[in-house]
Amino acid sequence: MASYKIFPCGDQGITIQFGNQIISGIHQRLIEIKHIFEFEPFVGLRDVIVAYSSLTIIYDSFRVSQYYKQSSYQYVKQKLEEVCNLSSAKAESSSPLKRIPVCYNESFGLDLKTIASSKKLSVEEVIELHTTTTYHVFMIGFLPGFPYMASINEKLVMPRKTKPRQQIPAGSVGIAGLQTGIYPVISPGGWQILGRTPLSLFSKEKDNPVLLRPGDDVQFYPITKDEFIAYKE
Amino acid sequence: MSIRVVKAGILDTIQDLGRHGYSSLGINPNGVMDTYAAQLANCLVGNNLNEGLIEFHYPASQLHFSKEALISITGADFTPFVNEMPVPVNCPTVITKDSTLVFKKRKWGARCYLSVSGGFEISPWLKSKATNIKIQAGGFEGRALKKEDVLSFKPGKSFTNAPTNVRALHWSVNTSVMYKERSHISFIPGNEWNLLTEESQQCVISSPFKIDKSSDRMAYTLLGERLSYKPHEELLSSAVTFGTIQGLPDGGLLVLMADHQTTGGYPKIGHVISAHLPKLSQCSAHEEIRLSPASIEDAEKMLISLQQEIKIIQWSCAQKLNEIYA
Repeated sequence: MASYKIFPCGDQGITIQFGNQIISGIHQRLIEIKHIFEFEPFVGLRDVIVAYSSLTIIYDSFRVSQYYKQSSYQYVKQKLEEVCNLSSAKAESSSPLKRIPVCYNESFGLDLKTIASSKKLSVEEVIELHTTTTYHVFMIGFLPGFPYMASINEKLVMPRKTKPRQQIPAGSVGIAGLQTGIYPVISPGGWQILGRTPLSLFSKEKDNPVLLRPGDDVQFYPITKDEFIAYKE
Repeated sequence: MSIRVVKAGILDTIQDLGRHGYSSLGINPNGVMDTYAAQLANCLVGNNLNEGLIEFHYPASQLHFSKEALISITGADFTPFVNEMPVPVNCPTVITKDSTLVFKKRKWGARCYLSVSGGFEISPWLKSKATNIKIQAGGFEGRALKKEDVLSFKPGKSFTNAPTNVRALHWSVNTSVMYKERSHISFIPGNEWNLLTEESQQCVISSPFKIDKSSDRMAYTLLGERLSYKPHEELLSSAVTFGTIQGLPDGGLLVLMADHQTTGGYPKIGHVISAHLPKLSQCSAHEEIRLSPASIEDAEKMLISLQQEIKIIQWSCAQKLNEIYA
């Protein structure tokens, strides 16, 4: 088991961190820890947030301390250590690959040409490189349902835009560093935009409002603009 | 039984104590900024602590009551008047039908709360009535209140034996202890506190910071000396929370507030303790604050005593209301 560090995230949160590297085995372990807490939540548990190499438990400090008659931080820390020391089930919980259609038409792929020219690739090669890799969802953050996925082919790595756009349309698929992501709702943002998916990453009407979750594996496949429009209807 | 918005304020929303349990999906809790004032407002009129209420900023909305109501106004003092009569703050008040509530002048504080006995008719989204403006969900149509909006409220305490005019009931809560020394804010040092140089650590705990005018429900920008960091590798994003103090690349500080994002990649210098978030939420632009470190043990003790105080107030208010409305 990799070494970890546990520290407060405020007085109603606690974080466990396994270094500062993106390692899929560690992320798998974090997902397992999250499932254990969600399967048997302690009184006062509010949220378990998985990120790249860390997991944060948010709790209602007053409720925890009233129920368990001790310091809430000490209580949750002890629970976390217990769960971490359980031998990993190594269930390799292979969730089915989620295939996401993306239209790489230049009206949607706002930065497609810039990326291609700065990487000395054709637009077709950029699309090929982006659609032949399987990505892992490490974290949901920034916006409801925004998946932080990694890692993209190194030939595509681009920094964020120096000047973020004021408005990026919902469904826009972008890259930043080794990451790729999808804007679920219209938002300002600095990622380089390759295309757009007709799928809704976030729908507030649904009981399950978010399409992707940490631990999911994702692959993109290209569709034409006509297919995109047909999908939307 | 309804309230109509006669004139809109700059940012008045329906909130409760937050939409918890969805941060892992990137859906942040939102909810009131000043949880202390909001809970008191609900206590005073006999509601649950988590009941939805209106959070006002100044200039605030003007509201017309079509029906008699038992209300309370807490938090900042925006000089509330009903039909040209002053309304005391932190005190349950009966408003007769066809009354208009206006807020005349900001005396102190940044946010005030209006609770109506019985609560507003708001259908929850993901188990909460809090407004998420960014994604237009929750609260009243997922947005700030505007002119001609009509908010229905559920029947609360009946008024058969109650005073018939616009009148304050005869008890109130003294909130001066909470809001005195508003500028003294304690924080728990964060995981990246040690990335600050020693001079910068000293600077955080000994120099004042001014709240920038860009500060809002999402974050407070603190203006002060530029802070510097020891050399370090780029950090991976991880969860952040209400009160997290982030160090920005330009050497500035940002305190995340109720509408914060769920994750962030900047160094976490510290976290404002929960017991001090209400008073920080009442600090306005240009006010100065001072930060001092606290232990997790002390932070927990202060939060427990605060919640216990609220429980006692809730119980006492319920007793008083029962005497009147028995």
